[in-house]
Amino acid sequence: MNGVHDMGGMHGMGPIQYEKNEPVFHARWEARTFALLFAMGSWGKWPLDALRHQIELIPPAEYLRMSYYEKWITALAELMVKAGLVTRAEVESGKPALASPQLSPALSVEQVPQMVATGGPTNRDVPAAPRFRTGQRVRARNIHPVGHTRLPRYARGKLGTLARDYGVFVFPDTSAHDLGEQPQHLYSVRFDARELWGEQAAPHDAVYVDLWDDYLEPA
Amino acid sequence: MSAHDHDHDHAHQAVPSDPALRVKALESLLVEKKLVDRAALDALIDTYEHKVGPRNGARVVARAWANPAYKQRLLADADAAIAELGYGGLQGEHMVVVENTPRVHNLVVCTLCSCYPWAVLGLPPVWYKSAPYRSRSVIDPRGVLREFGLNLPPQVEVRVWDSTAEVRYLVLPERPSGTEHLSEEALAALVTRDSMIGVAKLTPPGQGGRS
Repeated sequence: MNGVHDMGGMHGMGPIQYEKNEPVFHARWEARTFALLFAMGSWGKWPLDALRHQIELIPPAEYLRMSYYEKWITALAELMVKAGLVTRAEVESGKPALASPQLSPALSVEQVPQMVATGGPTNRDVPAAPRFRTGQRVRARNIHPVGHTRLPRYARGKLGTLARDYGVFVFPDTSAHDLGEQPQHLYSVRFDARELWGEQAAPHDAVYVDLWDDYLEPA
Repeated sequence: MSAHDHDHDHAHQAVPSDPALRVKALESLLVEKKLVDRAALDALIDTYEHKVGPRNGARVVARAWANPAYKQRLLADADAAIAELGYGGLQGEHMVVVENTPRVHNLVVCTLCSCYPWAVLGLPPVWYKSAPYRSRSVIDPRGVLREFGLNLPPQVEVRVWDSTAEVRYLVLPERPSGTEHLSEEALAALVTRDSMIGVAKLTPPGQGGRS
C-alpha cells in the first residue's frame, strides 16, 4: 500500500535525533511490549509480514506520532483479535471472557534460547527458476498494490542492475495476506543514485534494494 | 466537535491511550488466558538487554580484521562465518556483510519499517527507526552522514542498503591505523555499533568517537 511507512525519499521529517549511550528500552512497558510480541508470535498465527502490514494499517497521522513500541502494541492487539486469540471485548476490559478458549502451552522460559537462536528463516528449499541473472539490467515494475508490498515507491519504474541472487524466499505480498508463501527468487538490485533521484545525487553513489522476481521485469 | 469527542473517533484504539497502561492490561489478560508465561517474557527481555548486542558484531569485525581467511568466509557466506562465533538466529537468519574500503562506503537502512541485524547488533536505536533517518538515507546519504559528523570525499562511492527483505546487512568498517599490534579482543573493543551500521568511521585508539 502507498502508505506513510514507505518513506524513502521523503523530505521534511527533520534532523536525526541522536541519543548518546541509549538504553535498549526507554521504559519497562517498551520491554514488556517487545517480549509480548515475540511470545505471542510463537503461537504461529501470523507471519512477520502480517505484523508489518498491520503496522502499515495504522492511520498515517498516528503512525508518525506513535513511538515504535506503541505501533507494536497497537498492531499486536489487532493481530490477536483477527487470529481469534482474544476478543475485542477482552482487550477493552482486560478480563478474559468466561468461555474463553484455552490454548496451551505458552512459550516457556526453557524455549526462549532456542527461539532466539533459530529465529524464523524465510528461505525455502523448493525448486523455483530465477527469472533474471546476475549482471542483467532490470526494471522495477510500476505497480501500486493496495496490500502489503516490499517494493518501495522510490524504486518503482526505475532501471537497475541485478547484483546478487539470494535464492528462494517467501513472497511477502502474499504471505502477509494468508495467500500462501509463493516462494521465488530474491535479488539485490543496484540502482544508480541518479536513476532514482536525478542530477542532485552524487554521480557514483547507488542504492541497493532487495527485490523479488514478481517485482521485476526485463529492461 | 470537541477534543473529547475526537478522542472517541479512533475506533481502532479500543484500549487505554497511555501505552504503559495498555501494555499492562494486555499482559495481565494474556497471562490470565495462559497465552504467555511471565518468565518467558522476562527471559526475552534479558536476552536483548544483556546477551545479544553490538558486542557480538564487534567480535565478528575484529575476527575479520585479525584473520584474512575468516574475512573471506565472512564476505562469501556471512551466516556460516557468523555462526562460527556462535551468533545468528532471530533477525539475523540471512546475513550479508558489506565491506568499507577507501573507495566504497556502505550505509544500512530500512525505509519501509525498521529491519536491523539483531543477531549481531541487538535491538536498533531510536534514530535508526525514526522517520528522519528512514526517509533521507536513500535520497541524501551524504547529508545524513554529515549529520553524524562524517564528511565523505566525492570520489568515495556511497552504497546504501535498503533492507526491504529478510536479508540483514552488517557493515565491515575499515580497520583504523595504528592497530597492527592489538589483539583480537582489543580490536573488538574499538568497534562501535554506528560503524557497523555505516554512519561512522572508526578512529585510531585514543582519539575518541561516539558509540
